[in-house]
Amino acid sequence: MSTVHLSAITKQFGKVTAVEDLDLLIKEGEFFTFLGPSGCGKTTTLRMVAGFYYPTKGVVKFNDRVMTTVPPEKRNTGMVFQNYALFPHMTVFENVAFGLKVRKMSKEETKKRVEDVLRKVRLDQYAERQVSQLSGGQQQRVALARALVIEPDILLLDEPLSNLDARLRDEMRAEILRLQKEYKITTIYVTHDQVEALTMSDRIAVFNSGKCQQVGTPTEIYNEPVNDFVAEFIGETNLLGVSEAGLGENHRLYHVDALGSKVKVNNTSLNVAGYTENDELRLSVRPEAIEVSAQPVAGENVFPGKVKLVQFTGAAVHTYVEMNDRLTLVGTALNQGPSTYLKEGAEVYVRLPEDQIRIVPKAGV
Amino acid sequence: MLNAEKRRTLVLLIPVVLILTGYVLYPTLRTAYESFLHNGVPSFQNYEDFFGSKAKANLQALWNSVWISLLSVLFSALIGVPLAYIFNRYEFPGRRFFSNIAIMPIVLPSLVGVMAFMFLYGEAGLIPNAIKDLLNLSEVPFKIGGISGILIVHAYTMYPYFYMTTASALSNLDLSLEEAASNLGANRFKVFWQVTFPLLTPGFVAASLLVFMVSMASFSAPFLLAGGFRVLSLQIYFSKINGDLEMAATQSVILSIVSIAFLLFMRWYQGRKDYRMASKGIGAHRSEVNNPMLKWTMVTLGVFAVIILLLPHATLLILSLVPEGTWTWQTYPAVFNLENYKMLFDTPYIWEPVRNSLIMAVIACFGVFVFGIFTSYALVKRNFIGKNLLDILVMIPWALPATVIGMNLILAFNSPNPFSFGQILVGTFWILPLAYFIRFLPLVVRSTNAVLEQLDDSIEEAAQNLGAKWFYTFRKVVIPIIMPGVLSGTLLAFVQAVGEFPTSVLLYTIGNRPISIEIMNQLRMFNIGQAAAYGMIQVALIAVVMFISSRFLGVKAEKSLG
Repeated sequence: MSTVHLSAITKQFGKVTAVEDLDLLIKEGEFFTFLGPSGCGKTTTLRMVAGFYYPTKGVVKFNDRVMTTVPPEKRNTGMVFQNYALFPHMTVFENVAFGLKVRKMSKEETKKRVEDVLRKVRLDQYAERQVSQLSGGQQQRVALARALVIEPDILLLDEPLSNLDARLRDEMRAEILRLQKEYKITTIYVTHDQVEALTMSDRIAVFNSGKCQQVGTPTEIYNEPVNDFVAEFIGETNLLGVSEAGLGENHRLYHVDALGSKVKVNNTSLNVAGYTENDELRLSVRPEAIEVSAQPVAGENVFPGKVKLVQFTGAAVHTYVEMNDRLTLVGTALNQGPSTYLKEGAEVYVRLPEDQIRIVPKAGV
Repeated sequence: MLNAEKRRTLVLLIPVVLILTGYVLYPTLRTAYESFLHNGVPSFQNYEDFFGSKAKANLQALWNSVWISLLSVLFSALIGVPLAYIFNRYEFPGRRFFSNIAIMPIVLPSLVGVMAFMFLYGEAGLIPNAIKDLLNLSEVPFKIGGISGILIVHAYTMYPYFYMTTASALSNLDLSLEEAASNLGANRFKVFWQVTFPLLTPGFVAASLLVFMVSMASFSAPFLLAGGFRVLSLQIYFSKINGDLEMAATQSVILSIVSIAFLLFMRWYQGRKDYRMASKGIGAHRSEVNNPMLKWTMVTLGVFAVIILLLPHATLLILSLVPEGTWTWQTYPAVFNLENYKMLFDTPYIWEPVRNSLIMAVIACFGVFVFGIFTSYALVKRNFIGKNLLDILVMIPWALPATVIGMNLILAFNSPNPFSFGQILVGTFWILPLAYFIRFLPLVVRSTNAVLEQLDDSIEEAAQNLGAKWFYTFRKVVIPIIMPGVLSGTLLAFVQAVGEFPTSVLLYTIGNRPISIEIMNQLRMFNIGQAAAYGMIQVALIAVVMFISSRFLGVKAEKSLG
């Protein structure tokens, strides 16, 4: 168990900067997720924690120990690789026992611990199997057991579920969380899947092009994104270019270029992110916040439009409303039965609730 | 500052670079240097002699080598490609058996193969004489020798390159492509020429280059069959025997330039983007031959091919049963017994060459095994400046004809130098194991490269992450995983070393004469039975090793050639 402290980390490969000026403090026992599109620097950061890369600049600390250039074999981290990296010439038991053998643990103790951890990942029946005889989900659990059995200070998971099919992924997600809670290990989880990140994490760091955009709990990240990249990458959203257009008592006014009119936004930190004068601004409104109605609606920020497409996904219904030839908004409502579906081509009214809108700056490049 | 990773790379590289410099680069450069000496004085005289009017023989030999090689490519392709197509695309009785037999020529070491051909189809050959007697002719109807002999032997021993590349290309070919072409309205002829054939061409080109190189380097066939006909590899040998080392060096340089040019061309060609199948193969799908006429034609063809292919092996077996002095003036041998094999085991001087061959092959293989692992690991898993150069250096012995390697070693080690620890190696026992080591190192490096490239970096990282130090990881994780590749390369090196003739004939001494040299000696004494018995030992060894490789290491025979 240990904290991970990354300060002012920069990693360059030749001329390419993979990670730039990163500061992160991961708390003891925390389930921390690096989330971002591919090539954003999240895996590079994880590999610097594991010791496979050394940062070009900056310091890596576990608790108070400086680990910046300590070789990987001396870090006592347990890593689960994207492709599992199971040793193909060993059985399940031998794979899991490898780390203990390296640590020169006695035979009996090794056997006890391996059996114990295999029971925890529900693979005790398979100890003597060759790893190639296991299914993807089982291999995944062997990799997890192999990383856990050495009682690592930090558990590192590099997109561990990306090679599994959807059903198995759900199952393994629960399994990983269960084991993490049981062992109470500080865990760093790398993924590009926002659903995984939102459902599993205590906190999330969102990466884009080598920079950490935002660190926060899943609800913070979703409800209070700091810029348009985070707003767009996590969940669905409608993003409109806006400019400041005045200040009211409890609200602010923004001019939406594509609508050619102003919208009112509550003047709270939940609705307006921090920005400076020079920032380009965006209005973000989640589809589930938008109200679409065939009847005129009362209240602020109501605009007329025409239904272009109604998409039925089962639990939810997406309504695409063409506001004008430059702008289409998406509204999502839970399925309430066929009578509530709007007809394509129908004239409708769209309301952007002032307490659900968030004004964010455009992410710097 | 050097971090641990870079230090490790350096420690790995030092022995690799030292050995390659000392035993590959230095001898090569030494030969090049020697080629510019005339009676010890620097000059271009040798090259003038080579290309000038004074010694037409050399230029003629170069030209002969080139066109013999081109014809060898043509004949090998004409045999290998249709055979591969028939045996891999059509299903008929005995197909599997036929396709296994089709690669049998590769178990014949070159010298032994040539010998078998001589006694089969030569002047006193069994086949021509049998036909003569059967038809009551006064003369043998045909005989091979000289150019025709070389070409027939080349076609027989080299067509498997075409056979194997075509067969593997065919099994990787996605049949839905052909089906798509038919679906779009192409007839069978069109489908073959517009779809199938273009997809097979990269394999053809690779096989052609390979056959060309092997044929340029070919030594045994011209050595036994050429008569007065001259090829370049043989000229080198004659120059050496006549004591004109400087001319031999010049000839070696010219032969090397041709071979290396081809190697570079081949690397360039293979490095180009080729249209390999994106989709996963559905596995070989063969069309059942239903027309009984056609079916039995194919079976007949198969049987016929098998007989032709196995005749040399059979001849060798029969000849090995003929005791010394019982087949002199007669057309056919009359006495058969196991005398020759018995003598192998109870007559020390007969057994000695076998022992020499085995000992020297084991030494060389131990070398290529250990050194091959480290070299390959450095090449595949480490990054350093000059990697490409090192890669080429490792492959040079593969591109150079065996005769040239022999010459390089003679010129480099007939005087003391630091790499021979101040000794003169030529004329000692150690020069031959060294020659085998250099010659077959590329085999091990290539087969090890293939498995190492498959090994994902994350496997090593996982071990490290679990606390294993580099060397522990290397021993317990990397080596066990790559072992099949290393072993198959080493075993192949072993059988080749046991059968090696060209370098042996340049470098052997009485004390370490290997099997191939003794075969040559026995042939000179017309003791054909004993020579054939030696040949059978080589064939048996190769067969055993190939069996082990394919059975226990999962290595396909075709991999061993490429």
